[in-house]
Amino acid sequence: MLRQPPGLCSASRRKSWQREDQPIPRQKFVAPDEDSELLKRLLDGDEHAFAELVDRHHGSLIRLARVYVGDSSVAEEVVQETWLAVLRGLGQFQLRSTLKTWIFRILANKGKTRGAREKRFVPFSALAGTGSRESAVDPSRFTRAGAWAAPPSPWDEETPESLLMNQEAISCVEQSLEGLPPGQRAVVLLRDVEGLDPQEICNILEITETNQRVLLHRGRSKIRRAVEEYFGWKKR
Amino acid sequence: MMLTCHEMTELVTDFLERRLAFPRRLSFQLHLTMCRHCRRYVAQLKTVTRTLRFLPVAPIPPDRREELLGQFRGMRRGPGHPGPSPA
Repeated sequence: MLRQPPGLCSASRRKSWQREDQPIPRQKFVAPDEDSELLKRLLDGDEHAFAELVDRHHGSLIRLARVYVGDSSVAEEVVQETWLAVLRGLGQFQLRSTLKTWIFRILANKGKTRGAREKRFVPFSALAGTGSRESAVDPSRFTRAGAWAAPPSPWDEETPESLLMNQEAISCVEQSLEGLPPGQRAVVLLRDVEGLDPQEICNILEITETNQRVLLHRGRSKIRRAVEEYFGWKKR
Repeated sequence: MMLTCHEMTELVTDFLERRLAFPRRLSFQLHLTMCRHCRRYVAQLKTVTRTLRFLPVAPIPPDRREELLGQFRGMRRGPGHPGPSPA
């Protein structure tokens, strides 16, 4: 519980991190039980534990690796190297983060190095361009007063469950994700696909919270737009 | 503080991420109660976000999996233990 400076009236006695300009405070991290157990099994040489870990994360790691290095086979190399680094590092891993975050951080480092070597990697923070005026929705869809002039129309599939049953819509989402600029793609991947916390993401990608918010916002908005087009929204 | 629809579309991510401070969050919610277009927009964004969580992912190819398990086994007493494994 954060201490409030004296003299603040009760109306403003909300947690400081709820103000937009304040970062969310870093609480002392406690590793989930399942991570502690898995780590113990891994250190004991339990092969099934390692198989579990690999099965759980390999595909996700490939996805993020591709953001850094594009080409599929290079991405596979980066991920293989990551797993080897995980094996070498397990003995020193202190559970100061989740296993997942730790593994993704290793991948991000390797991806960055390899991306730089292949001369493709641009720091994600440089792409966040918080100064730039990119709008989530085409401004021409609003009146000058800011009200909807060309509002969204209903989709054939409106729930995640029904959307997931629509193979073409899913392909649309996947393609849209893959087509995002790298920074947006990485953040949407880690936040929405992988479910990592904003702080973990900033750590992994070496970006600020502002970067992360902007990238997430733009990425999500673009994907929504792509699905909207797929469901046949036509500009009037 | 009344928000325009355009402003709403720029605030929606912060709203869904619970990053809006109370007064602005209230304005956002108030606008939603009065504006079906923005309600639809937010719902669509939410749907897309939740759908992303369930995107199918390719499993690791069996030969790579075996290769990695082999590496793991090759570490004998478990990974990360100091010293080389006995011959």
